[in-house]
Amino acid sequence: MTDSSQTVLVMILAFIAGFIIMAIELLGGRILAPYFGSSIYVWGSIITVFMLSLSIGYLCGGKLSLHNPNLKTYGTFFGGAALLLLPLILWSIPIMEWLFLQIEDPRYGSLVVSMLLFFLPTAVMGMIAPYSVRLLVSSTHGSGHVAGKLYFVSTLGSALGTLATSFYLVLWFEVNQILFTMVATLIAAGIAAIIAGTKQQVSDSV
Amino acid sequence: MNPRRAPTIWEQFKSHIIIILCIALVIPGNDLFAQNGLRNIHQERSLYRNIVVTEDSNRRCMRFTITSRSGQNQSCRFLERPVELVFPYAKMTLSSLLVQDNPQRILIVGLGGGTLPDTYSRLFPDAEIIISEIDDAVFRVAREYFGFQETDKIKVDIGDARVYIKRAGLRGEKFDLVILDAFNGEYIPEHLMTTEFLEEVKMLLPENGMVVSNTFSTSRLFAAESNTYRSVFGEIFNIRMSGTGNRVIVSSMQLLPDRATLEARAPAFQERLEQFGMDVTDYIQYMSTEVTWDSSQRLLTDQYSPANLLNN
Repeated sequence: MTDSSQTVLVMILAFIAGFIIMAIELLGGRILAPYFGSSIYVWGSIITVFMLSLSIGYLCGGKLSLHNPNLKTYGTFFGGAALLLLPLILWSIPIMEWLFLQIEDPRYGSLVVSMLLFFLPTAVMGMIAPYSVRLLVSSTHGSGHVAGKLYFVSTLGSALGTLATSFYLVLWFEVNQILFTMVATLIAAGIAAIIAGTKQQVSDSV
Repeated sequence: MNPRRAPTIWEQFKSHIIIILCIALVIPGNDLFAQNGLRNIHQERSLYRNIVVTEDSNRRCMRFTITSRSGQNQSCRFLERPVELVFPYAKMTLSSLLVQDNPQRILIVGLGGGTLPDTYSRLFPDAEIIISEIDDAVFRVAREYFGFQETDKIKVDIGDARVYIKRAGLRGEKFDLVILDAFNGEYIPEHLMTTEFLEEVKMLLPENGMVVSNTFSTSRLFAAESNTYRSVFGEIFNIRMSGTGNRVIVSSMQLLPDRATLEARAPAFQERLEQFGMDVTDYIQYMSTEVTWDSSQRLLTDQYSPANLLNN
């Protein structure tokens, strides 16, 4: 795999991750509302958890990028995030029902539920950003430029994910249909990265 | 002396143009004065919305928007006849007493200026009335500017209605009448329109319980919402009158009464409801179970509830 095709691939995948993170954050409000309402603190809980899990994801992703950075590991982040999203689709109702009974105060109820449902998948998606930088940086001199371009595509993805979800996707589809599509997209993205990584290894060893 | 030249268009029509401009400038201004000196007496930004209290020589109103487009008032009272209901929707809501005539426990979602709690407590002084209101500031404004008061019979719960209703259901509480009056703002609470939510409301209703919802009469949301109510409660009355953007849905745990039954019940209420400025017999003609909307429009569920998008 050439450097430029790797660049294009990583950019596309970073865009997808950015898109999905914000789409899920937005759907989070919809998912929690039946149990905790749509008061301002429900949004407060969701945004807090997303920021917290992304921050920890950035830290872990950066750390992991120190050892033998490669596309295969990168691909497993996408696959892992996809698997970690499944409880949100499959078990969010029993989880929320149980917590609704345990915690009376909807502020803490929504905070705990957000932690349970969103923390792990979002943290893993947060690992993608710093790892992407490492995959594309070839010199100290160009590192800021690469990071800037990656922030650009992933944040642009986030902007479009927010817009598409709130303007159109919720009008056309059910919440779980959107989430399943996100899971499928993440899996496809992961497979693409792993295939590209395998090809790269083969060509490197030749 | 210069030879006399023909006057320009400006010179010819100067006075006309000035008069027209003056009228054009005065007309929009006139609008403000036409409402009998409408003025803001209170304005605040709460966590959820802007709350504006306005007053003219005739009435005091609560509004959730800054602009004064007509039809944006949440709640109004006549200054001299505070008991009389200003809005058709409140009268349409009250006319549902022909369906269920003696509610002793009432849940009202959405406080506004407190018109509905006051009216129901006037009609049923022994009834227990609980109001679920999300916005503490609305409660405060209702107390300070609309004379609303909590009593040992009237209580306000500040919080999200969906949460209140779910918990009340778990506690096994029952309400003879649930009034959903939270849908006339700029933003519709989408989680209070779904089949799952209505099922939770249904849990609160005894055998003869009734839900009365004040909601919209236009847009795609109208059909979606009507279908959603029908899927949970069966037949509904869809009280819809010309001259108001509101409509009132009446859903009951029992079969809805036919026209003859409604007419037979009306005289008993006619006198009691007169003080609110309404003749209850006027409303019977609107109490029809006929499906006048697109019954194929998708139901609103917790998975699919783009109420605000459908309302555009």
